[in-house]
Amino acid sequence: MKLARDTWLIFRRQTQLLLRNPVWIFVGVFQPVMYLLLFAPLLKPALNASTQAAAYKIFVPGLLVLLAIFGGLFQGFGLIAELRAGIIERSRVTPVSRLALLLGRSLRDVVSLLAQAVIITLLALLFDLRVSLGYLLLAYLMLALIALMTSAVSYGVALKVKSEDALAPLMNTVAQPVLLLSGILLPLTFAPGWLQGVAKWNPFSWAVDGVRALFVGELGNDKVWQGLAIITVLAVAGVFWAARQFARSVR
Amino acid sequence: MIETRGLRKSFRSRAGRETKTVDAVRGVNLEVAEGEIFGFLGPNGAGKTTTLRMLATLIEPDGGEATIAGADLRTDPAEVRRRIGYVAQGGSTWDESTAREELVLQARMYGIGKAEAHRRAARALDAFQLTEYADRKCKTYSGGQRRRVEIALGIIHEPKIVFLDEPTTGLDPQSRAHMWDEIRRLRAEGMTVFITTHYLDEADALCDRIAIMDHGEVVAEGTPAALKREISGEVVLVGLDAGSTPQAAELLDTAAYVNKLETIDTGGLRLFVDEGATAIPQILRRLDQGGIELSSIELHRPSLDDVFLTKTGRSLRES
Repeated sequence: MKLARDTWLIFRRQTQLLLRNPVWIFVGVFQPVMYLLLFAPLLKPALNASTQAAAYKIFVPGLLVLLAIFGGLFQGFGLIAELRAGIIERSRVTPVSRLALLLGRSLRDVVSLLAQAVIITLLALLFDLRVSLGYLLLAYLMLALIALMTSAVSYGVALKVKSEDALAPLMNTVAQPVLLLSGILLPLTFAPGWLQGVAKWNPFSWAVDGVRALFVGELGNDKVWQGLAIITVLAVAGVFWAARQFARSVR
Repeated sequence: MIETRGLRKSFRSRAGRETKTVDAVRGVNLEVAEGEIFGFLGPNGAGKTTTLRMLATLIEPDGGEATIAGADLRTDPAEVRRRIGYVAQGGSTWDESTAREELVLQARMYGIGKAEAHRRAARALDAFQLTEYADRKCKTYSGGQRRRVEIALGIIHEPKIVFLDEPTTGLDPQSRAHMWDEIRRLRAEGMTVFITTHYLDEADALCDRIAIMDHGEVVAEGTPAALKREISGEVVLVGLDAGSTPQAAELLDTAAYVNKLETIDTGGLRLFVDEGATAIPQILRRLDQGGIELSSIELHRPSLDDVFLTKTGRSLRES
């Protein structure tokens, strides 16, 4: 009860501040939209897809997962600014729930990600992408869990390193192989065997496969529940680890 | 209100490959009474902030015990948090928020209901003369206004004790005087105020009792007046050039009316005497006999700096 109340309190505050400066939602969308407009048209011939819509069913899920990963991983920067302004310390001397300090922020990130995902999806509709609503919502659930995990991890790391100079290269170093090994831009079915073998160890590769299966309407595909299960476990682990960083003393 | 026994904290710092342990606070015993302004005086790096952060539950002590407003720091930090307020040195307001929003949020984080939080925010804005700027963003405030918002944030839940870490550092003289009035007002409202400072005049003018801290230890404790009285008598400063200082020291060290003698590095002597009026003529005569010329001689009542000097061998102004 207290957790829910405190989480809502932090979430409200963070959302309010975000809405005061809504321009960055569009900044966040800008890059994926560029991919959608300038890169995706190459895909139909490159993937040997039968129609443009078929190519989009492969590409848009990857793009959304990409958005969730990157959107989350770079949230730590905002936290370092708050750390520097003394907001975190001011919160930590109150009896407010430590988990709520994290969840309130991460849930704001999830909501802003979903807003971006809706914009991308709507744009893709213009390019003849068609997905049934139920499957789309399930895909959004996967995206929400990914964003929850990556933003929580980013906050936890930010509390540990406490400086933008350390956080930026760290997150880039993590994000790059994760991105390349998840078949986000092109499906890994094109990859040589060894690369596919390595990618199996990348949880995001499972997530991408799961979202792709949903976009083509294969609810029964094992990849859907496998992806959801893997990401759920990681999200819970990430949240608990990061909440501990909030509870621990920050010097 | 506050009682600590043997509070300790050390940090590991890494320089290259070596890890060094720095004992930031080495066994602090304190007793702070209800309703007083208690000052923690000491140079930067003496361990004041570390001690304060331990008392405010922000860092865990390595050893020792503390009871704060009746709650045990080690076993029940959550209860301590409910009973204390803490205002950090480096600020605690967000540029893009308004003072009112910050105050309401802070009250809500203490579990206070929405309507009551708004009432308290309005009352605090009024008490700290911030109503005029209440709905402007914090980034538009002056240093003094911002500091008042921060103090208001620290006491929005009406704690029994409030810890203020260097509340006047970086403020201009006028804002500083204003802040002193605010702090006295908190005491008048029945709050116990615990401040840290490295300003001697602030400790002297504002605090009911002080503890002087150096190298992680409390080296003296008491009311400013009692501490100064401890250095019995008065202080005579003799201005000399550096060359003749050792000779003058030798001449005066054996004099019966000099209780204690210290040389000043840049030249000159600091003499602790019972009564300046009778000591000065004798000092002058002795130096004259020794053929030593002095550039100045002054008499002053002992200051907290003299207290610090006698306890640590250094001047607080120098460290």
